[in-house]
Amino acid sequence: MNIQVLGSGCPTCKRLYEATQKIADELGLGKVDYETDIQKLLDLGLMQSPVLAIDGIPVAVGNVPSPARIKELLIVGSGK
Amino acid sequence: MDVFAPLQFLADWLTYGVFQRGTLLASAVNFFIFDTAKIFLLLAVIIFAVSYVRTYLPPEKTRAFLAGKSLLASHVLAALIGVITPFCSCSAVPLFLGFVEAGVPLGVTFTFLVSSPMVNEVALVLLFGLFGWKITAIYIVAGLLVAIVSGLVIGRMKVEWLLEPIAMRAVRQAELPEMTRRERIGYAWEYMRDIVSKVWPYVVVGVGLGAWIHGYVPADFLATYAGTDRWYAVPLAVLTGIPLYSNAAGVIPLVSALHEKGVAMGTVLAFMMSVTALSLPEFMILKKVMKVRLIVIFAATVGSGIVLVGYLFNWLIRS
Repeated sequence: MNIQVLGSGCPTCKRLYEATQKIADELGLGKVDYETDIQKLLDLGLMQSPVLAIDGIPVAVGNVPSPARIKELLIVGSGK
Repeated sequence: MDVFAPLQFLADWLTYGVFQRGTLLASAVNFFIFDTAKIFLLLAVIIFAVSYVRTYLPPEKTRAFLAGKSLLASHVLAALIGVITPFCSCSAVPLFLGFVEAGVPLGVTFTFLVSSPMVNEVALVLLFGLFGWKITAIYIVAGLLVAIVSGLVIGRMKVEWLLEPIAMRAVRQAELPEMTRRERIGYAWEYMRDIVSKVWPYVVVGVGLGAWIHGYVPADFLATYAGTDRWYAVPLAVLTGIPLYSNAAGVIPLVSALHEKGVAMGTVLAFMMSVTALSLPEFMILKKVMKVRLIVIFAATVGSGIVLVGYLFNWLIRS
């Protein structure tokens, strides 16, 4: 399972990355990939930052979801 | 009937239970409680509503309406889309590139880029809370006009060659997460909480300053300063605003303090527009995708627009 946070490197993006990494650690899902190259975000057809993507599929776009919601998304994405 | 009457009742009850009615302190505290409660209530309701609507109109979808048309209507539409798009500057570059790559004309893209940080629900609620609906309406109309006219002017200049080479590729249709109603409400709720938790200190400081002035600064103090507005005040305010970077919420306490100190309304509104729409950090980010010359053209066009608007308001709102 590949967990990615994509953004322009802004403080909000960093916040999403840190929140996601913390929850991924709790769930034992390994490293979250933090991608600040905007082109990667555009390649997904997206324009809002930050983005949380699981296995290349965006699951949260343009905001930082609550920790509970991130956890839910990661659990669903990991199929656990 | 006044929808805020229950809040006034609450503020009265809290204030006059502790302080004696009619004193300056009581009046300032009463004003503070009522205004903070009113602004927080409005912020929560309006941000929630706008975010909910936005889940139906993400820019990934709206750009399809704007592609390939540089009509006046597309500029108007771009300015309006800017209003509901989040005001986080972290999305400025992906939005800009996303539009240009999808074939949205450069001028229309600039209209969006100007309107998005300048005219948004947070700015509007705060302006309404501190200055009332007339100033808010004037700000909306002026902000949209500056955005539309600047975009039209830049579009006419045919400056596409000043963009850094962008790989023009077939734009992929985004696979946005499908959302159920519960998820839309969840998104709107989380977004609202996120914004309110970021802007609340500014609201408290802004209203606090207002309350202090409301209670303690005598009216003739303002009158003696109100006459000090010079012709160069507006351009100076706009130039000062460029290196300062803040979102609309951060600049509002300053704006309300300046106005209370007797700076003319047009001048402070021009200052606010300049701080939000033009910023050095944003120029640095935009440098990745366009030549410095285009950034200068952008800043000069929008800056002149804001200066004109400032003069217009100072002339209109002669009080």
